[in-house]
Amino acid sequence: MSAQARRTRLGVAMFAPAVVYIAAVIGVPLAMAFLYSVGDVKVGSVSYHFVGLENFRSVLQSPTFRRALLNSFVFTVGSQLLVIACANALALALKDRFHGRGAVRFLILLPWVAPISLGAIAWKWILDSLYSVINWVLVAVHLASPFDTPMWLGEPALAMLSVILVHSWRLLPFSTVILLAGLSAIPKDIPEAAAVDGAGFWRTHFSITLPMMAPITTVAVLFGVVFTFTDMTVVYILTRGGPYDTTQVVPSLAFFTGVLGSDLSEGAAISLFLVPILVAVAWVMLRMAQRAEIA
Amino acid sequence: MALVETRHLSKTFKKGQFSAVNDVNLATAEGEFLVILGPSGSGKTTLLRMIAGLEEPSAGDVLIGGRVVTELAPRQRRVAMVFQSYALYPHLSVYQNIAFPLRAQGVARREQRPKVEWAAGLLGIGQLLERKPRELSGGERQRVALARAIVREPSVFLLDEPLSNLDAKLRTAAREELSSFHRRVGTTTIYVTHDQVEAMAMGDRVVVLDQGMVRQIGSPREVYDEPADTFVATFLGSPPMNLIENDGFLVGIRPEHLLPAGFVPAPAVRFRFRVTRVEYLGADRVLHGVLEGSRWKETKVAARLSSTMRDDHPVDSVHEFAVSEPHLLFFERGTGRRATPRVLSWQ
Repeated sequence: MSAQARRTRLGVAMFAPAVVYIAAVIGVPLAMAFLYSVGDVKVGSVSYHFVGLENFRSVLQSPTFRRALLNSFVFTVGSQLLVIACANALALALKDRFHGRGAVRFLILLPWVAPISLGAIAWKWILDSLYSVINWVLVAVHLASPFDTPMWLGEPALAMLSVILVHSWRLLPFSTVILLAGLSAIPKDIPEAAAVDGAGFWRTHFSITLPMMAPITTVAVLFGVVFTFTDMTVVYILTRGGPYDTTQVVPSLAFFTGVLGSDLSEGAAISLFLVPILVAVAWVMLRMAQRAEIA
Repeated sequence: MALVETRHLSKTFKKGQFSAVNDVNLATAEGEFLVILGPSGSGKTTLLRMIAGLEEPSAGDVLIGGRVVTELAPRQRRVAMVFQSYALYPHLSVYQNIAFPLRAQGVARREQRPKVEWAAGLLGIGQLLERKPRELSGGERQRVALARAIVREPSVFLLDEPLSNLDAKLRTAAREELSSFHRRVGTTTIYVTHDQVEAMAMGDRVVVLDQGMVRQIGSPREVYDEPADTFVATFLGSPPMNLIENDGFLVGIRPEHLLPAGFVPAPAVRFRFRVTRVEYLGADRVLHGVLEGSRWKETKVAARLSSTMRDDHPVDSVHEFAVSEPHLLFFERGTGRRATPRVLSWQ
């Protein structure tokens, strides 16, 4: 065997585990999803009949799905706006040294490192219709009547707000850390030059700091979009999509339909609606990475 | 009226540690080019940052135009600063960079353009206005930073080592340009540098700073010819001044005054000088060597000879060198302070 052939073999051998891993964990399920979405697969049945785009047609006609698609956008956009605004403020606060900064940074990271199910269950109690501490406080300071407290998870608008708030709470540390890195990368001279040039805090922040952080903010937003669009944990634990599917998002609906509702084909069709959006996000991310390499 | 004044200005970064700036009293004259010169760590940048308002003094006051500004934010002081790194805003074009101070002060948009063009024209960067800072050379960046500083016609210019990022050739050209720029606009300027050549070439007056303390303030000629103490004497000049111990005094001799005895008019002090190393610098030669004789304990000295002096001084040869007596400077041995000229025995 020639040296060249041996090198090629070695290369293939080194590369193969990664290919097998990606194929098994991502490729196969994705292919199965495509296959299921054009068939009539049910849990507990082994037959497969090709039905064409029948599942997609039925999904698109379902008001629940259209509601879930809209909710997914509300959920994603709402939580990203909230997260970026709060992460900016937090990053600014944590940039400068002060006593106990390490402790505060640790506390802020906690929601990210703790299992989301634990956090969400705690939130479920905080927002509970009977035992909510928020309501207890509202009643105590006379902002709510004890006989008509807000139903945080029981009223459509409040439920969506609660889901967005809890998900933002969970994503906040991640975005804060990314933005903090971006903020620390700005040379100290530049805000100082702005200060001498006559700019106050807000002008420096909006004309200098934020534009300089734009690339890294985009990264934080894109990751946030992927994490939010594909996530169903918060919705599943807090509301199970309720009341009346008003907080149902695409991933949770796919899970309820495909796994709990035994209709694997329709679940697969629903989840495939995530693909074009995620492909678009991935494309933007790759573009950004390429631009960063050139610059 | 003094335009910028500091009164007992001090800065201590950590309690109990030595002061970065220690009781500095300065006053600039109107239109003056004042250079703050010191080695790294002497506190010169901290001093400048306190004048700009970027650093809070631990004690003392800063006055601008007779008004105490110690408590005021940088933007309320009407000073302009050029940073060592230039600190251009990387996402803004050259035009937007220069216009930024005007925008920050709320100058109407239509009044901005003529001012930006005036500042850019003054520095010869009119053709670069649409570029981004990363597309500029070091010299061009420096001019943009200067244009950004001049555009709102500040009462004081603060420059923090603006030439240190340029290569040697560009630096000489930029030095001249800065000087002529200052003559044209006539704005009071405080210029921080560690480079004595810059300080001597550009300064109307030079403030020599060491460990946060002012050692001497004077014209370039004064600080060079009449140094106040041994620090100033040895910090300025290359190679540094020779210091020879004699009768409880340190006697200072500039290397260019230590010459072969034949070139020195009487009255003169003579030494036997053994050459240990010769540096050929083109226009000059620097002879490093020791003074022979038990009295001088092999004191190391340097002599600077013009290359026009056709004299041969090979390594290890011993020569008769001399210094004209009026060129001797005397310092107290304990404090290093300058002492009045006196007659000492040299044999």
